Amino acid sequence: MRGAKSAKWVTGAIIVALAATACGGGDGNEGSKAKGQVDPNGIFTTDLGEPEKLLYTGDTMESNGAGVMKAVFSQLVGYKPDGSLEMINAESLTTSDSKKWTVKLKAGWTFHDGTPVTSKSFVDAWNWNANVKNAMGLSSWFSDIVGYDKVHPEAEGAKPTAETLAGLKIVDDTTFTIELTQPVPYFGHKLAYTPFAPLPESFYKNPKAAAEAPVGNGPYKFKSWDHKKKIEVVRFDGYKGPNKAKNGGVVFKNYTTLETAYEDLKSGNLDIIRQIGPKDLPVYHTDLGDRAVDADHAAIQSIGVAFYADQWAKPKPVDVRVIQGLSMAIDRATITKTVLQGTRKPATGWVPEGILGFQENAAGDVTKFDPAKAKDLIKQGGGVPNNKISIQFNADGGHKEWVDAVCNSITQATGVECVGDSKTDFQADLTARKTKQVKSLYRSAWSLDYPVNANFLKDLFLSTAAGNQGGFVNKDLDKMILEADSAPSLEESVKKYQAVEKELVKTMPSIPLWYYKVNAGYSEKVTGVKYGQDGDPILTGVEVFK
Amino acid sequence: MGRYVVRRLLQMIPVFLGTTLLIFLMVHSLPGDPVLAMFGDKGADPATLAAKRHELGLDKPLWQQYFFYMRDMLLHLDFGTQIRNGLPVTDVLGDAFPITLQLATLAFAIELVFGITLGVIGGLRAGRLADNAILIFTLLIISIPVFVLGFIIKMVFAFNLGWIQPNVSTEPQWGELLAPAIVLGCLSLAYVARLTRTSMAENLRADYMRTAVAKGLPRRRVIGVHLMRNSMIPVITFLGTDIGALMGGAIVTESIFNIKGVGGVIAESISRREGSTLVGLVTILVIVYLVTSLLIDLLYAVLDPRIRYA
Repeated sequence: MRGAKSAKWVTGAIIVALAATACGGGDGNEGSKAKGQVDPNGIFTTDLGEPEKLLYTGDTMESNGAGVMKAVFSQLVGYKPDGSLEMINAESLTTSDSKKWTVKLKAGWTFHDGTPVTSKSFVDAWNWNANVKNAMGLSSWFSDIVGYDKVHPEAEGAKPTAETLAGLKIVDDTTFTIELTQPVPYFGHKLAYTPFAPLPESFYKNPKAAAEAPVGNGPYKFKSWDHKKKIEVVRFDGYKGPNKAKNGGVVFKNYTTLETAYEDLKSGNLDIIRQIGPKDLPVYHTDLGDRAVDADHAAIQSIGVAFYADQWAKPKPVDVRVIQGLSMAIDRATITKTVLQGTRKPATGWVPEGILGFQENAAGDVTKFDPAKAKDLIKQGGGVPNNKISIQFNADGGHKEWVDAVCNSITQATGVECVGDSKTDFQADLTARKTKQVKSLYRSAWSLDYPVNANFLKDLFLSTAAGNQGGFVNKDLDKMILEADSAPSLEESVKKYQAVEKELVKTMPSIPLWYYKVNAGYSEKVTGVKYGQDGDPILTGVEVFK
Repeated sequence: MGRYVVRRLLQMIPVFLGTTLLIFLMVHSLPGDPVLAMFGDKGADPATLAAKRHELGLDKPLWQQYFFYMRDMLLHLDFGTQIRNGLPVTDVLGDAFPITLQLATLAFAIELVFGITLGVIGGLRAGRLADNAILIFTLLIISIPVFVLGFIIKMVFAFNLGWIQPNVSTEPQWGELLAPAIVLGCLSLAYVARLTRTSMAENLRADYMRTAVAKGLPRRRVIGVHLMRNSMIPVITFLGTDIGALMGGAIVTESIFNIKGVGGVIAESISRREGSTLVGLVTILVIVYLVTSLLIDLLYAVLDPRIRYA
């Protein structure tokens, strides 16, 4: 009797299991039947967090908002995978001295509301974004243009004395000129960034409403924004640009964690995932097969040196050999492979791949792991003051593991005591950095604004740059940077900046650790998924199966 | 009774002012500047920061900020706007509360029905097999952390059996919320069962029970009216405070099942130093706590006729 009963249970379990697998199998069959046929109007989903701010072109500086803005707005230019320029809304972009630029627009472009895109759409939008009254976070992007100091005086509480940038002149409906205060050879690359997008007339009537539902000139039309749940965009059929959408639209879905998004990808509720969570990194290649993505991402993680801290500044400025030694004491290859599970690629310089001017192995030996030499260099440099360092990081960003690993590596190789200095969250970390209260070293990350090496050098290491948070000052380097910055052509500027990068080995303003990688994937429903150097999927190229 | 209620309601005013002020001050004393952080690693010039602070009213003295905030809240039910994205806090709360209420209601129903049922069974059969089985079951639930339970449920029912979707969709139905509600309600369910069981087992031996049985009352009435009514007081106390906890403390469950509710908003507001959002949230939760605890106190009088409120 007992036996019979348990047999019943076993059969029951088998039936349940069969039913479950049958369901799964059914879905698979349907999928394969439809394979191969692409639906040009197919809509796909991708995960995207809630944009931090409203969608102003001049204020969208984090990746979630930028993800939507890139779909809704098209810029004058865009860039190709190698970092070179491609004309989008511009017919041509010309300059003879890198100081005065002439923009010719393609004719016939319209905004999603049907109004034409003209020179005025650009010039007015730039004036609005630059004006200090509107407090746009990206307004400093216009600082190269003549008249910026009038529209956006820097001192706290100052009032603007002009409403328009004097350097912008409309020639006719499709032509306008930009005059810069000094030559900026890579200004064309800057124009690919969101604050330089055109805005339709309707924007100025009610900017806040327009930032809730932006009307742009891009490949997708904004449809709806259900806060913290999803954002929908649909293909703009009147789009004239080269990157016309190959699908019907995109639904950006919001997920609480990377893990929940990955679960939805596996169960078919999500088509493209932008980043795999740490928990799933070891398995996503087996789970997804050839739908798993590993791509380069032009961003760098480094350790900044707080040159103003007592440890490095007193009694005399630290010898560069000490920092070189610390750099050589870090076993980047092992840490990226084990602790970071292959999500990063050891850095060999300060400029990542996919950026114009990238050079193989720019840092030479300094980023190679060599404990003996590291110890030697530190000794020659007079040793680390107190023989103890700390690395400040924010505890809410998943950095603890690698900071510990880097510390262990340094201690083992050189005997210098090293601890992580954890700040509760990014805000506390940032405040300590901005108010110059870092005690020794700090975590510092930089992701591209435009794909030219100047962005990774000038904006971080020029003594007056906003991104120079470690108080690094080197007059010779400043001179080299400014020289490279005023080179007559882009090629020469890039070349001169390459020399600046080589020079950094001798000054060590920061210790480069590794470049970011994109670890992502997509579902069986879509194909043609590629990732740009900013780490985001290129939405317009995605094709959806029927 | 009427006077008691009025007194209790009046007591809410200082509690309400005190908690809002405390939270307001706490958020402001956290290290980190919300305006500075809006611009991330790359920073912004002092003029932009000043313009932004002025726009948000953060350049005023703290007491003025609190005063204006409370004035708008009390007179116009306006909780201000978020620092980061300029959305009205009322909208943010309006988006987050319905789903959390839905989840909390479902979890509360589950813990009420199953918790009390298990407790009654355990209490009446104290020391016997059923009681021990329930003891083991409840201890097991209490000792498993919520995220482990959530993960197991997802693993088994979503990935192995395929009965449910792993995550709650953007337009949640009641059915989808069942799994997260079970996870959320489980811990309290176990506590309710333990409390009910102990209280019942104890009161079974009370004098009035013996009297009731001796009077020859039917067993259903003895247990249903005499025993249950008296044993429910500690359970009701627990349930009352638990409503607030279910609403404010669901953050882990919410993030496991991708629910955009109050828990997530609280965590986000703390990390972004969104003072106005946080105070708004806490205000609503404080009101929920105050009202439920008043209701509970009034329920005591209904349950135990010996308790009188003058």
